Amino acid sequence: MADLSKDILTLREKKAVIEKGGGEAAIEKQVAMGKLTARDRIHSILDKNSFQEYDMFMKHDGRDFGMDKKEFPADGVVTGTGTVGGAPVCIYAQDFTVAGGSLGLQHARKITKVMDLALKMKCPVIGINDSGGARIQEGVSALAGYGEIFYRNTLASGVIPQLSLILGPCAGGAVYSPALTDFVFVVEKISNMFITGPNVIKTVLGEDISMEELGGARVHAEVTGNAHFYALNEKECFEQVKRLLKFISWNNQEKPKAVKAVAPKMKNIDEIVPADPKQPYDVRDIIKCLVDDSDFLEVQELWAANIVIGFGRMDGETVGFVANQPMVLAGVLDCDSADKAARFIRYCDSFNIPIVTLEDMPGYLPGVDQEHAGVIRHGAKVLYAYSEATVPKITVILRKAYGGGYIAMNSRHLGADFMFAWPGAEIAVMGPEGAANIIFRKEIMDAENKEAMRQEKVREYIEKFANPYVAASKGFIDTVIEPKETRSNLLHALKLSVLKDEFRPAKKHGLPPF
Amino acid sequence: MEKKRNDYVDFGVMAGTYKTRLTKKFVDRSVWQRPVAGEVLSNLPGTIIQVLVKEGDTVKEGDLLLIHEAMKMFNRIVAPVSGKVVGIHVMLGDKIGKNHLMVKIQPEEA
Repeated sequence: MADLSKDILTLREKKAVIEKGGGEAAIEKQVAMGKLTARDRIHSILDKNSFQEYDMFMKHDGRDFGMDKKEFPADGVVTGTGTVGGAPVCIYAQDFTVAGGSLGLQHARKITKVMDLALKMKCPVIGINDSGGARIQEGVSALAGYGEIFYRNTLASGVIPQLSLILGPCAGGAVYSPALTDFVFVVEKISNMFITGPNVIKTVLGEDISMEELGGARVHAEVTGNAHFYALNEKECFEQVKRLLKFISWNNQEKPKAVKAVAPKMKNIDEIVPADPKQPYDVRDIIKCLVDDSDFLEVQELWAANIVIGFGRMDGETVGFVANQPMVLAGVLDCDSADKAARFIRYCDSFNIPIVTLEDMPGYLPGVDQEHAGVIRHGAKVLYAYSEATVPKITVILRKAYGGGYIAMNSRHLGADFMFAWPGAEIAVMGPEGAANIIFRKEIMDAENKEAMRQEKVREYIEKFANPYVAASKGFIDTVIEPKETRSNLLHALKLSVLKDEFRPAKKHGLPPF
Repeated sequence: MEKKRNDYVDFGVMAGTYKTRLTKKFVDRSVWQRPVAGEVLSNLPGTIIQVLVKEGDTVKEGDLLLIHEAMKMFNRIVAPVSGKVVGIHVMLGDKIGKNHLMVKIQPEEA
């Protein structure tokens, strides 16, 4: 008995030393930057007392440059499992206080081990990145470590949700693990992501830019689209993580856990869209009138804001929303908004989440920059993603549905299960003015008063074609509904789709236009 | 294409300088410029159909400055910062391109 308690004391001492990480001074420095320590971060996300740490006794195997004499507690990364809302997750957090969180082969192997576990147990994996980069002393072994993580990110893609929190520097090759995962979280003044830093850019290209301007949180949330959630501090970031986990499914064989149904708080759905198709409004107000409790979790809120994506619940079940946003860039599809929508559609399809599309868009954005940036290739992703998706797909045309945009936004022709349109919808090959100028060119040219004739022909076109009834007469629209009936129609359609079964030709994988 | 191309240039990358050719896209790239706080640029080509402020006005962040018709929409152009309007570079009816300077605001001292 006496020996046993001595062993236990030794274990406790060993653990206590390792749990100190890089020591008091390093922790103090970490905290002064508004950052929590690796273990505190994990505890902030997981259910209380649920964290089980593994591999804390693992050691690095660096032998060169004096590394054989150096000890790195837990080799600079804390890994383990726990629960969020009672359900299991795998988690790892790089510890910047230990050798700058630098990644060597054993550090990486701790991460891949917990990733393998997540894939086997079919639960989400949460990665917290806070690292100076590769442990240079380990040479190519460090690179091997990164590669082994990327490989598993790819294998796990579409099988289990992968979340990346950037809570410190994440530079060079390290950025590619988050980039391969489903959701990236950044925090103002704490996150930094780039391939090459400001110094290299200045030396090589002469461009002078600060770290924050190059790859700070706001830049990735607003300009690059690399980040999905942006927070002002770590606490807010952890809340976002927990909120997202409540909406999504745990793996690709399950649906998200349903919660109790609640009626929307916002009810004025018929007062939001202005009758004049040229007046903007915030499409998120429409979503809030449709989802339970008016609770909508927007993804990539700041980037490509001309399209809105995110999760809400209808009758307690998670639904993914894709909606054109007339308030920003008139709600056009462009390279960025196409990328944003396509990736989200594929996420929902992978994880059994029905998609509701709210359409009000004037078409694709014209411009040399767009054409040269490859809007053809980017825009095609939306067509691909919708056509490929086999989850329930429902579209509501709120107002404008013109041209290529009409086809792209989950039209009947791409396999929509239900197509609804509001009575003010304008479904046509192009806007009335453009169309009238082409169809009635001769009449307008020959008229005495060309402008009056043009106006008359525009009116004629609007009456004849800029409405939902032409599309409805061909069965492209299932029914024209009043705004107030939208939620009940969606709920009914979702209920009907519960057992939806649709198959695609067998293939190794498709070739979406990346 | 028969002409032998001998247009290798020195090209610096992180690890050193190499002889290579450049792509047209790289040569034509625009150099990053620090955005100026308070400069309101157009993000779509379109027409100014309403001007709601004048020089010397004090505006708050979010205040409506202009209505800019583009892509069949009356886009509301709002002040990105609070401050004083020191320049209006568009007039009613102007057709402008993308990235056109429309309004300049002198941000108020925080």
